[in-house]
Amino acid sequence: MASVELPVLKPGDFGSDQDVRWCPGCGDYSILAQMKKVMATLAWPREKTVFVSGIGCSSRFPYYMNTYGMHSIHGRAPAFATGIKSCRPDLHVFVITGDGDALSIGGNHFMHVVRRNVNLNIVLFNNRIYGLTKGQYSPTSELGKITKSTPMGAIDNPMNPLSLAIGCEATFVARSIDVHIKHLADTLKRAAEHPGVSFVEVYQNCNVFNDGAYKYATDKSVKSDNIIEIEHGKPLIFGKNRDKGIRLNGMQPEVVELGKGITEDDLLFHDELAPEPTLAYLLSRMRYPEFPEPIGVLRCVDAPRYDELLNEQVAQARAEKGEGDLDKLFHSGDTWTVT
Amino acid sequence: MSTEFESETDHSKAVLKIEEATVRFCGDSGDGMQLAGTQLTNTSALAGNDVATFPDFPAEIRAPRGTLAGVSGFQVHFSSTDIYTPGETVDALIAMNPAALKTNIADLKSGGVLIANSDAFDKKSLEQAGYDDNPLEDETLDSYQLFQVPMTDMTRRAVEGLDLSQKEADRCRNFFAMGLAFWLYGRSLEPTRRFIDLKFKKLPGIAEANRRALTAGRNYGETTDAFVSSFSVDKAKLSPGTYRNMTGNQALAWGLMTAARLSEKELFLGSYPITPASDILHELSRYKNFGVRTFQAEDEIAAICSAIGAAYSGHMALTTSSGPGIALKGEAMGLAVMLELPLLVVNVQRGGPSTGLPTKTEQADLLQVMFGRNGECPMPVISARSPADCFEVAIEAWRVAARFMTPVMILSDGYLANGSEPWRIVNYKDLKPIPITHPEAPTNGKPFMAYERDELLARPWAIPGTPGLMHRVGGLEKADGTGNVSYDPINHQHMTDTRAQKVANVAQVIGDQEVMGDPTGDLLVLSWGGPYGSCRTAVTRLQAEGHKVSHAHLRWLNPFPANLGEILRRFKKVLIPELNMGQLSMLIRNQFLIETIGLNKVQGKPFQVAEIIDKAKTLLP
Repeated sequence: MASVELPVLKPGDFGSDQDVRWCPGCGDYSILAQMKKVMATLAWPREKTVFVSGIGCSSRFPYYMNTYGMHSIHGRAPAFATGIKSCRPDLHVFVITGDGDALSIGGNHFMHVVRRNVNLNIVLFNNRIYGLTKGQYSPTSELGKITKSTPMGAIDNPMNPLSLAIGCEATFVARSIDVHIKHLADTLKRAAEHPGVSFVEVYQNCNVFNDGAYKYATDKSVKSDNIIEIEHGKPLIFGKNRDKGIRLNGMQPEVVELGKGITEDDLLFHDELAPEPTLAYLLSRMRYPEFPEPIGVLRCVDAPRYDELLNEQVAQARAEKGEGDLDKLFHSGDTWTVT
Repeated sequence: MSTEFESETDHSKAVLKIEEATVRFCGDSGDGMQLAGTQLTNTSALAGNDVATFPDFPAEIRAPRGTLAGVSGFQVHFSSTDIYTPGETVDALIAMNPAALKTNIADLKSGGVLIANSDAFDKKSLEQAGYDDNPLEDETLDSYQLFQVPMTDMTRRAVEGLDLSQKEADRCRNFFAMGLAFWLYGRSLEPTRRFIDLKFKKLPGIAEANRRALTAGRNYGETTDAFVSSFSVDKAKLSPGTYRNMTGNQALAWGLMTAARLSEKELFLGSYPITPASDILHELSRYKNFGVRTFQAEDEIAAICSAIGAAYSGHMALTTSSGPGIALKGEAMGLAVMLELPLLVVNVQRGGPSTGLPTKTEQADLLQVMFGRNGECPMPVISARSPADCFEVAIEAWRVAARFMTPVMILSDGYLANGSEPWRIVNYKDLKPIPITHPEAPTNGKPFMAYERDELLARPWAIPGTPGLMHRVGGLEKADGTGNVSYDPINHQHMTDTRAQKVANVAQVIGDQEVMGDPTGDLLVLSWGGPYGSCRTAVTRLQAEGHKVSHAHLRWLNPFPANLGEILRRFKKVLIPELNMGQLSMLIRNQFLIETIGLNKVQGKPFQVAEIIDKAKTLLP
């Protein structure tokens, strides 16, 4: 049998004819570029892919992809995406969102789409600021953050997106960084291929309103001490000379130096497949500057998917009761005839 | 199953033939009054009467027993003629306790039958209801035919030996009351026995107890000397056909499923539970084998947003709610207007504002659904006039939504949703199909234009998965034709005008407004929604008295039928009865610059025919 070859698509084929209108230097450009690159490797027909977004700078994303797309309303993208995926399991559906969109106005929908494990790919651009509305603090802004709406400093305790997702039993949870382009592309690809909800937090620089928020994680001179690239089955090692690691002390992680009697075997080994989310949660809690912040896949497990279950129920009902017959339904139960 | 049977009442007592009767059961919420009323309704319908019902219950699931706040009632009107309302004053009132008596007695007509569960009139219950003396024992009820029936005691005795707790035994009282009411109106017990078998299949002891209580009630009526006669109501002369009893919510759900089939679509419902709309969600959730997908969302906003997603993906999409939920859906409705996607939004109205009167009816969301969105955001609005009419309204709404690529608002209300009436069963093959086409990739090499319009200004419905039609939709203003984002001022004006004209074009397909009665006259009663029945009955009676009165009932509130202005101007006066403070009046005055007279009421209850007649008479020469 002759195989039918899909046309080979290049990243450029995924760009729409619309001008990209993010600020020059915005981290969003990098995420867009990596997404197009990943799309070209996935061999999905373009017409089978839908990008759904809410409101915010990140949410202009669907306009720039030559796929199907919907720029919806603030915070609600997960709900639109749930409707699409529930009706059309054949489509690959992405949710593009920001820290304000997903965690503030959309916090409720985020929580529910994750716990339902709808087979969607959620990419959260986290710049820890409101960009589109010009510089107010966001749910991930740090305590004390001075912005236009917090001239004396933010007094809201910031939210931890990874911890939140894991708390909602997310089946795939990962983090990457806009400028670590290879890591970002690999992470997005794994997320796209995950059956079930995937959640990727991308540290993204807003060079206008919050420039350098992630300098500790991107600056070449310090980043290897401040981030730790986690891999399944490998020990948690970091540092420019790969001489530091994370060890568990009871329930607490601690930074240790290798050598001086401590070997790799003493370190915490990453297990993204752990059925219990305990380890993933512990990793999500490691924050700069006390710890190096993990990037990579924290959790990747299998669980029933809402959209599949819904469609299975429809199929099961049809198998058990037969395709619905309206005339039969109308005449069911008590009826009477007038002549 | 089609059911034909004879009344089982043996006629050892006199039977008085009557044309119609209105019966109300009332008791504590939890006493099973809704069940009793529903059974009497179904049995009367099966006996060939025309029926109309009015369930009336408190918002509290279980208010403290015996209190005025906890009284639940169910009124059924059955007749040998066509009827349009659940009845005015009550011919027979069955009161299960003093609180029920106190809150309902005012509606019982003078000389009417009053059956009271005398066992429940103890000192404590009387005090709870605020009675100083037992009304069954003083003269206050002298103008009624009072029957004191020790229902609690007789029910307990009827179920003796079945090993039930006293509480379980007492819960059978409603079946005793039903049995008595069934005897009084010559009803068969058989349909209710079948209902018991089905409902309590897994609880044979309870089934047997209810069966016994039902029979005991009937036998009591037959044997006691208290009742000297029973009543009979002939079959109504309804148009030939096969009928079933339907509530508005059920009729709406079935109409929606039918519309889906007629358009070869599968149905997606995104909904969040809210009284009195929840039964549509419950009903649709049962029919997955019809390709119905229901999604109980985390909130009202997610409910409509999921439906818009479903619409974008090519399904027949729907969201159902009531006024407070509709308020939350406003922003998403605006998006649906901008995306120009077909979507049905059902508002089963209840008393407002805010949480208002959740279980009581009102028609006060008209201006909300007309204008309750930001920007210039027109949406077609259709309203049902009776429970069975919800079926057709659902189909017509989807026909318009799909043809015009627009969200459409369907208005029902608590009274229509829970009330019931006979529905003449339609044959599916007799219904007009709803053709829907989705575009394929252009073959002429030209780019796909997502906002190119046809003669009625509808845009194409291109669905994901189709090669060559990749396009992006969103809430930002669209450039005409391409659908790309546009901030061009002239384009915004043009698109605003276009969206408005598109909704106005709906008038080209909905047909002309009809008038019941002469095309000109002294008074036109103009109504919409639930008051249809009361208005129609009132106008018919006024016409019979020789008054030059006609009735026009609106199905579409936006746009109005093309000939409406002309009709309004042919009458000297226009009376608009509404269960709000004058919302349709405001729209009519605004659009047609004519005087209207409102009859307005917000008491959580439908209009009585007499209220409309009285008002009309003040306007007639």
